[in-house]
Amino acid sequence: MSDMRTVFASAASSLLDEDPLAAVVLAEISADLFAKAAARHPERVLNVGIREQLMVSVGGGLALAGLRPIVHTYAPFLVERAFEQVKLDLGHQGARAVLVSIGASYDAARGGRTHQAPEDVALLDTLPGFTVQVPGHPDEVPGLLRGAVGVLDSGSTYLRLSTESNRSALPLWPGLQVVRPGRRAVVIAVGPMLSPVLDAVSDLDVTVAYTTTVRPFDGEGLRALASASGTVVLVEPYLAGTSSFPASAALAGRAHRLLSLGVDRTELRRYGTPAYHAALYGLDATGIRRSVTDFLGSSS
Amino acid sequence: MRMYAELPRLMTMMTGDEKHGPSATSTLDVLWVLYDQVLRVSPDRLDDPGRDRFLLSKGHGPAAYYAVLAAKGFIPESWLAGFGSAGSRLGYHPDRNLVPGVEIASGSLGHGLPLGVGLAHGLIARGLLSPRVFVLVGDAELDEGSNNEAIVYAGAVGLPNLVVIAVDNQSSSYGWGAGGIEAHFAVSGWSVTRVSGRDHAALASALGSSVEGPRLVVAAVEGKS
Repeated sequence: MSDMRTVFASAASSLLDEDPLAAVVLAEISADLFAKAAARHPERVLNVGIREQLMVSVGGGLALAGLRPIVHTYAPFLVERAFEQVKLDLGHQGARAVLVSIGASYDAARGGRTHQAPEDVALLDTLPGFTVQVPGHPDEVPGLLRGAVGVLDSGSTYLRLSTESNRSALPLWPGLQVVRPGRRAVVIAVGPMLSPVLDAVSDLDVTVAYTTTVRPFDGEGLRALASASGTVVLVEPYLAGTSSFPASAALAGRAHRLLSLGVDRTELRRYGTPAYHAALYGLDATGIRRSVTDFLGSSS
Repeated sequence: MRMYAELPRLMTMMTGDEKHGPSATSTLDVLWVLYDQVLRVSPDRLDDPGRDRFLLSKGHGPAAYYAVLAAKGFIPESWLAGFGSAGSRLGYHPDRNLVPGVEIASGSLGHGLPLGVGLAHGLIARGLLSPRVFVLVGDAELDEGSNNEAIVYAGAVGLPNLVVIAVDNQSSSYGWGAGGIEAHFAVSGWSVTRVSGRDHAALASALGSSVEGPRLVVAAVEGKS
């Protein structure tokens, strides 16, 4: 099975063939995957070298010229290093692009902190209007990419790819979708957290809901799912608590309990595998199970 | 059609300072020559894909810019008096979403040239080969490293439709050395020239040149006192 990055490059290359206004901007990363597309469309596949500020600004300039840019590199260099370019050269101009990152929170566990961006979604959350999509399986990537390019007239999208993947893909759905029903709580699994969540709660009487779309947050869906138990667990593959605010806002005015799981702010200073980092952050099935059972207690 | 001699009066509507003559504003002559003689833009073709694009990257002190836009009919003269007030569309840094004819929102330095590189690419990708992209930067603005990313890249790929005007009032604390700003562009493959930023004929000739880009025109003006 191809990984999300490979599937993305293939889907973006098809978009370049079909849509004369689609464009891809790169900063060396993944340039090899776009070599054939660049040969076919040299004016719409731009590799600016190791220049991430320029990469995002060029995306903004292409949008001002009427193109539909897809801007792609490692998450920390796309969102953090070039943050003011994202804020001003896209947002403030009213220019729109699809930002596609790889690396996620700890795909590069061996690479260390420089290549890890668990805070990316929280940072984009400070800007108005970004849609954020977190696919959980490579097969979900082409549809999400096409959807993001298709809604560029109304706003920009951040598409967060990862080498972490669920065992199988789910049909695309713009909000929360129930994977299995239960009574004691609703556990929301974002993107690649679904398989570990299902393993963690296999014998617990809880609803598991899945989503790729974290912004806009499906507050209405959460209200409906949480109406019986009033108990919510968020399991996000990036900074813990990133979606606590929209979840709390959705449940404001009614009694509820909320547990937010994700990557904490501790700098591990350890290498190893993504699975090892997931375990250290309590985001493997064992850690999620421990947190959920502690939270639910024995009373309810 | 309004004339250059009227600009001081228009600027005074914003600054309220009667002493603000043209010489007090480093960009005024460049802006006038661009809009009067060089740019293929007009208020009746704001959305024409074939128009030239002018990007004021150095968004600080835009009174001269607004005065020229008013003189050329892009904005009503009546807007000038409210400059920076709650109900005004004219802020201390311009916003393309508020002001007709303004192509980018600027203020934070070092964004216009990288945006201009993308815009120049985009026009070519759309087959729009006649419109040109003019970006006005300040000499101290070039301190920002994001410009260097754009200068080296644009020189390497060769964007024929890109022209940078660097208004040089020697305000960069560390300057650009003996070769001036143009040496830094030339080494990256740009065509470069230096003219007086107060000489309208020289500015018109340099800015309107048909030499293929990327091109740099350094418009030298008196230093900040």
